[in-house]
Amino acid sequence: MKSLEVKSLTKVFGGLHAVQDVSFAVRQGKVHSVIGPNGAGKTTLINLITGIYTPTSGQVLFGSQDITGQAPQKLPALGMARTFQNLQVCMNMSALDNVMVGAHLRQNSSLLAGLLSLPRLRKDDRACRDEALKAMALVGVASYADAQASQMSYGALKRLEIARALMTRPSLMLMDEPAAGLNPTETAEVGRLIRQLADDGLTVVLVEHDMPLVMGVSDTITVLDHGSKLAEGTPAEVRANPQVIAAYLGAEAETDQQLEAA
Amino acid sequence: MNKLPSSTRALMLLALVLLCLPLVLPNSFYYDVAIRVAFNAVIAIGLNLLIGYTGQISLGHAGFFGLGAYASAILSSRYGWPPALALVAAAAGVATLALLVARPVLRLKGHYLAMATLGLGIIIMIMLTNESALTGGPDGMAVPPFSVFGRELSGEKHWYAVGAVALWLMAWTALNLINAPGGRALQAIHGSEIAALAVGVDVAAMKVRVFVLSAAVASVMGSLSAHYVGFVTPGVAGFLHSIELVTMVVLGGMASVFGSIIGTVVLTLLPQLLSAFEGWETVAFGAVLMLCMILLPKGVVPTLRARLNRSAP
Amino acid sequence: MLSQLLQFLFSGLTVGATYALAALGFAIIYNASGVINFAQGEFIMLGGMAAVALAALGLPLPVAIVLAVAVTGLAGLLIEKFAIEPAGRADVVPLIIITIGASLVVRGLVQVTLGKGTHSLPAFSGEQPLAIAGATLLPQSLWVVGVAAVVVAALAWFFGRTARGKAMLATSHNRLAAELVGISTRSVLLLSFVLSGALGAVGGILVAPLTYTSYDMGIMLGLKGFVAATLGGLGSGLGAVVGGLLLGVLEAMTAGYISSAYKDAMPFVLILLVLFFMPRGLFGAKTIDRV
Repeated sequence: MKSLEVKSLTKVFGGLHAVQDVSFAVRQGKVHSVIGPNGAGKTTLINLITGIYTPTSGQVLFGSQDITGQAPQKLPALGMARTFQNLQVCMNMSALDNVMVGAHLRQNSSLLAGLLSLPRLRKDDRACRDEALKAMALVGVASYADAQASQMSYGALKRLEIARALMTRPSLMLMDEPAAGLNPTETAEVGRLIRQLADDGLTVVLVEHDMPLVMGVSDTITVLDHGSKLAEGTPAEVRANPQVIAAYLGAEAETDQQLEAA
Repeated sequence: MNKLPSSTRALMLLALVLLCLPLVLPNSFYYDVAIRVAFNAVIAIGLNLLIGYTGQISLGHAGFFGLGAYASAILSSRYGWPPALALVAAAAGVATLALLVARPVLRLKGHYLAMATLGLGIIIMIMLTNESALTGGPDGMAVPPFSVFGRELSGEKHWYAVGAVALWLMAWTALNLINAPGGRALQAIHGSEIAALAVGVDVAAMKVRVFVLSAAVASVMGSLSAHYVGFVTPGVAGFLHSIELVTMVVLGGMASVFGSIIGTVVLTLLPQLLSAFEGWETVAFGAVLMLCMILLPKGVVPTLRARLNRSAP
Repeated sequence: MLSQLLQFLFSGLTVGATYALAALGFAIIYNASGVINFAQGEFIMLGGMAAVALAALGLPLPVAIVLAVAVTGLAGLLIEKFAIEPAGRADVVPLIIITIGASLVVRGLVQVTLGKGTHSLPAFSGEQPLAIAGATLLPQSLWVVGVAAVVVAALAWFFGRTARGKAMLATSHNRLAAELVGISTRSVLLLSFVLSGALGAVGGILVAPLTYTSYDMGIMLGLKGFVAATLGGLGSGLGAVVGGLLLGVLEAMTAGYISSAYKDAMPFVLILLVLFFMPRGLFGAKTIDRV
């Protein structure tokens, strides 16, 4: 069953074709990575899928629903969550509150109910707190349960974002460079986490630069270059694709290969 | 015994202070100051929900205060409405106005939002000054005493009770909200609107709601102030009053309920202390504002809290 | 009919020239630092009041005017040194409050030293009104618009042709880049405040013969100057001038055709409309946020 399908997605900014006719499909419970050199349009693609940008043309289908151009705040209700390349953590809040906010749609957020502190609200909130602590433990930031977000390290904050996204109880998670700025140990942990989440049934779309992570964790990969799809396939297929190699390493690599073969 | 959360302990302390204060207030003058501090603090807490917690700004909040004051004054004196009913009607009217302007205004950010709210407040003040047939014009109008169920509120002790109860209730409800899902959503909007959207927060709608809430609070306190003072002039809706209100919030501490109370105490007492300076009040006031914002940009309470946290073992 | 329209146009352009100078003052400081200087209006007031005070001391009018402009420029410098610089990279709200505090200090000092009364300056070249197509034009109005035009031209030359002016423009486009090429952004900031102070003072002095000046006229003028700057597009010099003139004319038309009581409300209704429908103003630049 296809969880996410992107059809001929195109985004033009002024004269710049940031994303040009990109299509791919992701199956439920699989990890699909989108890679490509800098400027390839990966983050724009994620922003198109999650409603931050409206596509110039093309479609985004989530399950069987056409969500093309839907406003970002409508998507968590449908089961789509995301993390951000430029960290979007609320530094004015505690770590726990950041995660608890992920449950927003399941909670009673009316101001009146909050002002009056209705008993039912407090009970729900206690349950939410427990769930948030579990999410923090899952991503490995349980030690920050009593901390302010401003006291956390960069790597911990990246994982906090994942915990927050998980609190929306998504069926699909889009992660934009979750390993950016992390050291190899932290990166490996993120990889383990992604695999574990996928094994538990979560569909993951990953935008990443870190090749070992991508190759190790992905079921399928789409390669973008200058906004267009360059190649697609399993990690092994993509790794051996000469066009992909050329795009990443430049034409010299192709020539080197030819020289070696000769 | 389990340690009570700090907010509960602080509320108990506030109740204690409010109950004991009348025992030490020597005369009417001090009662008057206390009452005015209480009223301002209620507005400041409401405004802080908007500015400190949700990260918006309003430089025209005195406009809502003024509308509440004048609506109560006009309905009760010119149309003979019971003051309590006038107060509720005024708040409903102000809330409706806030609702109408909130959505377009709150799409703006930063200086533009400041300017729009500023413009709103000034327009309100000019209208109150010009519609003299209704409002008494620049000279203002008298306001009958507040009475509910036939009992009239008169004298400092009644009004002190009103102020103290209002303040405690506002502090209590505000603290409730902050620890509730709605309050978290507001703070998330301040922290990162994109992140709030990503978890499903209807950012625009929540901004509108907290704006309307803080406007309604200002209106209610405007109505009560009008009845307390017995007179109302268009200046209460003016730019300077709006600035005072914002300063109470910012000085005391953004995103801090008790900070708003402290800020209000300081800013209400300051002119009293400065009146000895005979004409230099404005200069001193301005200097104090600058110094506080330069040295304590986070406000008094959060800065103190941070210092205490650092020195604690 | 036409003469009435012309009359409003004349008075509108006159006060509009002052707004334009105020708006330019906002624009210059905003460009150099991103700060909205709520004390700008007090510069206008200070210029007029200082000129009055100095003339009252017996100084010849031209000398009093030059000194008043210098005093106000100095006030700008002091505000930058003692209010803006110490604040460092503060948030929007604390900065707004700091500049409001500065405006209170200026206003308070004027109130204490020069009193609460209203004053005016003698007209620069007499009070004989000129008759043009049925409308009357005071010579002072010509002074206002004329001097303002000269000042604007001088500023255009300064920013367009001198090294220092271009350095200031560079800072407004990209502060970091400017610093990296060796421009002292600190001195740019200082100069921007001195310049804005002087601009405000010139505006205040020019209209003092027409409208009374007093210690509390600064607030409204400053706010209207800000409206004009936003209308034209915050940060755009051309926008500031056009916005100021446009605002002045619209205000005069409102006073003439609708109601003089509400003429003060018009700039703020206008700013709401601008912010709702055209927030970047007439000549403002577009920006896009990166997520």
